[in-house]
This record gives sequence, structure tokens and C-alpha cells, in this order.
Amino acid sequence: MNRRRFFGFLQKEFRHIFRDRRTMLILFGMPIVQILLFGFAITNEIKNVNVAVLDMAHDDVSRDITNRILSSEYFHLYQNLQSEKEIETAFKSGKVKEVIVFENNLAKNIYSKNIGNIQIISDATDPNTANTIVAYTRAILLNYQQELNKGTKPPAIIQTEVRMWFNEELKGVYLFVPGVMTIIMMLVSAMMTSISLAREKETGTLEALMVSPLKSWQVILGKVIPYLVLSFSITLVTLGLSMFVFHVPIRGNIFLLLGEVLLFVITALSFGILISSIAPNQMAAMLISMMGLMLPTIILSGYIFPIDNMPVPLQVISNIIPARWFISMLRDIMLKGAGWSVVWKDTCVLAFMAVVFLFLASRRFKMKLR
Amino acid sequence: MKLTGENIIEVENLVKRFGSFTAVDNISFQVKKGEVFGFLGANGAGKTTAIKMLIGLWSPTSGKANVAGFDLFTEANQIRKNIGYMAQRFSLYEDLTVIENIQFYGGIYGLRKNILKERAEELISELGMESFRKELIKNIPLGWKQKLALSVAMIHKPKIVFLDEPTSGVDPITRRQFWDLIYNAAEKGTTVFITTHYMDESEYCDRVSIMVDGRIEALDTPAQLKKQFNAESMDEVFLRLARPTESISK
Repeated sequence: MNRRRFFGFLQKEFRHIFRDRRTMLILFGMPIVQILLFGFAITNEIKNVNVAVLDMAHDDVSRDITNRILSSEYFHLYQNLQSEKEIETAFKSGKVKEVIVFENNLAKNIYSKNIGNIQIISDATDPNTANTIVAYTRAILLNYQQELNKGTKPPAIIQTEVRMWFNEELKGVYLFVPGVMTIIMMLVSAMMTSISLAREKETGTLEALMVSPLKSWQVILGKVIPYLVLSFSITLVTLGLSMFVFHVPIRGNIFLLLGEVLLFVITALSFGILISSIAPNQMAAMLISMMGLMLPTIILSGYIFPIDNMPVPLQVISNIIPARWFISMLRDIMLKGAGWSVVWKDTCVLAFMAVVFLFLASRRFKMKLR
Repeated sequence: MKLTGENIIEVENLVKRFGSFTAVDNISFQVKKGEVFGFLGANGAGKTTAIKMLIGLWSPTSGKANVAGFDLFTEANQIRKNIGYMAQRFSLYEDLTVIENIQFYGGIYGLRKNILKERAEELISELGMESFRKELIKNIPLGWKQKLALSVAMIHKPKIVFLDEPTSGVDPITRRQFWDLIYNAAEKGTTVFITTHYMDESEYCDRVSIMVDGRIEALDTPAQLKKQFNAESMDEVFLRLARPTESISK
């Protein structure tokens, strides 16, 4: 008899959710759109950058270097400049991101004076891109310099060999997938649960439930399970999409990953219940989830802005954001293939938070009703 | 209404304090089985607080109470199975259909599937709501919602049904139909405990209690009360009790 009561309650909850088509569309559409956006549009990779060359040397060295730069897939020759005056015009046209200037008598200077000058000018209206472009160009130049020195006895040289581990191609989508998953889970679990509970409070149906033979834990569980199922399936969709379309790897144990997902969902759900016990109505529940949950999660979790670069006070605050621990775990497991021995600390922090939220929520919930 | 004389609600010295404010101040009364019991009082007199204690939503500060044969303090779970409750804001889900609401409430009161189906059909035909069956609650007129809410609150055939100002904001015709439903239930032996601030409605009750500032100041049949206060209508009785300084002081 008890089970029948509970299943009736569950059925009702799913009806609420599926009847609200618009919300469903947003919930399933948003992660897909975000992943596609991050995968295709937002990227830090540099490809086919337009460069202009002002070659005042016209000798073997300048031609050789130009050829090398252009034969890489990163650069594309847009224009050959004739004079220094044209540099500014080239940049102002907006098409050219970098200008390479070879000095007069470059080859001669190198062979006689052992020093040649090449100027790299880049459009720093977008500093990040400018930095990357310059770094690529210098790498090519450095290569060339080493080849020039072959056979001669060079002064001591420190060679750096750089490898970008776990994401050799520096794909932005690798970084964003765990973040998008986290935000969506937060949204579905915490925000949707709190709104749905606050709605029952607002319309007076919660009172009817509390008067019924349903126990209060059954009411909470009945509210929580549908959203748990929902956010779990959305997570699977997000993961599948990023795996099959963008080849984001899952190098660690998939079950460990799903286990952590479950833990995070539970943390978020308890937070949602806590919010709804504070909020008097749906509007307040939504505002609290937005301001108190979504914004700090997006800004302070390391999803977009690296935590290490934040001012110290913000770094300290970021510790109380559950998503911070979860995103770092996701990255560890998915990209680095880390196992339990690495993530157990973060897991403990998250589990502790879940327990605290759950305790506070159930206490507040009881206080409100009794 | 054949009253057997058996008490179904017994309240003794019930008190509810919120901090230093005493919302319900030492009330005692009995309700007989099958009775339509009116619970009157001005806004803020403590009616809703009292009703919320009796249905187990809020716990009393002190006192004793027995509802439907169970102790309020130790057997609240048993009480819940035997009572129905309808609040001022009727408690139907706007985004569910008529039949889904009936099924849901029947379900949480533990009705078996076949019984629930039977009851649902019975209820819909009694209310004449066949054409609304699959309509969402938000699309049906207020009067219908209110009547449906009452029927749904009694779907598990409770021993007592508590109605907290069920007729506020309802047109006179619907109110009449509403009272027909209430009488129907009482006829079948359900005890009705109703709060209202419509004084004309109190005339429909078997017995009426009037609460002023958290205390029960009068309790009797409408006829006796009118006699006692030498009044022509319940309205007058109420005014004398609620504003004793403006009329004759006791």
C-alpha cells in the first residue's frame, strides 16, 4: 500500500515534467547547442591566419623563411607589402593579423655580423590570438635558426621540446565539455527541483500532501527521483555527443565517472531542496538558484576562468562551490584517465557538501511544516 | 443526520503559541459523529491554526486531542488516513487533467486500482463532469474546480472532512451546490468540520462554535445561540461576540 502511494506520486511528477514541453525542450536543447557551439565555433586553435610580408631583403634567407611560414597550415599570405607605410593600412583593413618585416640585407647581416633582424608585428586587439600567432611564428623562426647553425659549433643552446599532454591539439571542446555537463546538471537538479517544490508550496498542494498519509521523506524522494533520472539522461546525451561528434576521450573508468556524476547530482538536488525550503514562491526559487547558484558556478568553478588566475579571496570562495570540485574531477577522469586514488579527496569534499545540504534541507523542511 | 452521540473529535485545553503570541488559547470542545460542525471566527481569531493542529500539520504547544479515535500526539499517522482536508486554496494540480487529479489523490490515499477506477467514475458522474474528464484543471471554471476539490478531498471516504473556508470567492449558486455536496457527505455518515466567515452559512450547521482572540466564546446549535444572545440572526450573534464593547457588554 505504501509502495502504491509512492508510485502514484512519482507518476504525477513525471506528468508535470513531460507536460511542460517548453522546459523539456530547453533542458535537452541547451546542452546540445552549447556543446555544438563550444565544439565548432568557440576555439582557441589558430588556422589560416592572414599575414602580410614586407620583404626589404629579397634574398635567400627571407624567401626561405617566408616559404616555411606559409607552408605551415597556420598562415596564409594575404598580401606582399612594398613599404612601411602600408603596414598600418593592412592592419586597418582588418584582414591581416600579422605582418612580418625582413630588414635590408638580412642574409648578409646574418653571415657577416651573425645577427639578423626580423620584426613581427601583430594585431593585438585580440591579445590571446595575437600571442598565439606570435608564438607560432617564433617557433618557426627558431627552427630555422637551429638549421642555420647546423655544422657550426654553436654556443650552448637549451632546447625546449613542448608537448601538450592530454589534449595535444589544444581543443577547446575538451575543456568545455565537463563544464557544460556541470552547468546543465546544476540547472536541472537544483533549479528545477527547487522551482517544482516551490510551486507546490505556492499553490497549496504541498499542504494537501503533508496532510495525506504520504511521509515527508516520500514527498522529497518523489520530487528528487524524476529530476535525478532527467539530469542523468541529459548528462548521457551530452557525453555521447561530445564523444561521437568531437571525439572527446573518456580515458578513465566510465563507471567511476558515472558514479561521480551521481554524487554531484545528489549534491545539487539537496541544494535545490534547501533553496525551496527558503523560497516562498517559484519566482524567488528561480532568482535564488540563478543568483546564488548559477552565476557563482559559471564564474567561480573554473568552468571558464581558471581558478589559479583569480585573486586570492575569490580562490578561497571558490572552495565552497560544489561545481569546482566536480569539474576538476571530471577533467581528471575524462582527459587524464585518473583513477580513484586521485579523485578520492574531491569526492570526499563533494560528499561532505551533499550531507550538509541534505541535513540543512530536511531540517528546514520539517520546521516549515511542523 | 442521525447523531449517535458518539464523539469523533475531542479537544481538551488545546494551546498553540508562536513565541509570545498565543494563537489558540486553551480551547476545549467535542464534535459528534455525523455532525456538520461550524467553526466560526473573524480573520486572525485562530480558526486556521486550530484546524491545522487537528489535521496534524502543526503540533500543539499543550493540551489533549483525539481525532477519529486516535491521539493527536502519538497516532498522527493513523489520523491522516482517516481524514480529508480542503484548504482555502483548493489543492488541485492545474497542469493535470480532472481524471489525473482524481487518480493521484486516490493513489496517495492508498486506494486499490479497481476501487479507484470505480470511485473516479462515480465522482465524475455525481458532479456531472463527464465532459471535463480529460480537461486540464486550469481550463475549467472556478466553481467546478471547487466542487471537484471537495469531492477529491473525500475520495478515500474519510471519517471526518476538514474544510477551511472552502466557499470563499465562490458565487452563490455554486455555494448552494457546494452545501448540497456537504449534506450529501454528512448523510452518508461523514463528519464535516467547516470554517467559514459567511454567517448565513453557519445556519446550515448542526452546531456552531465561535472563536474570538484564540478562545471559543460560544458553542451551540444556531437556534440556541440566537436565543442565548437574544439575536435575530447569526450575524448579530457574531457581532455581539466579536465586538462586545460596541454592543451590550456581557
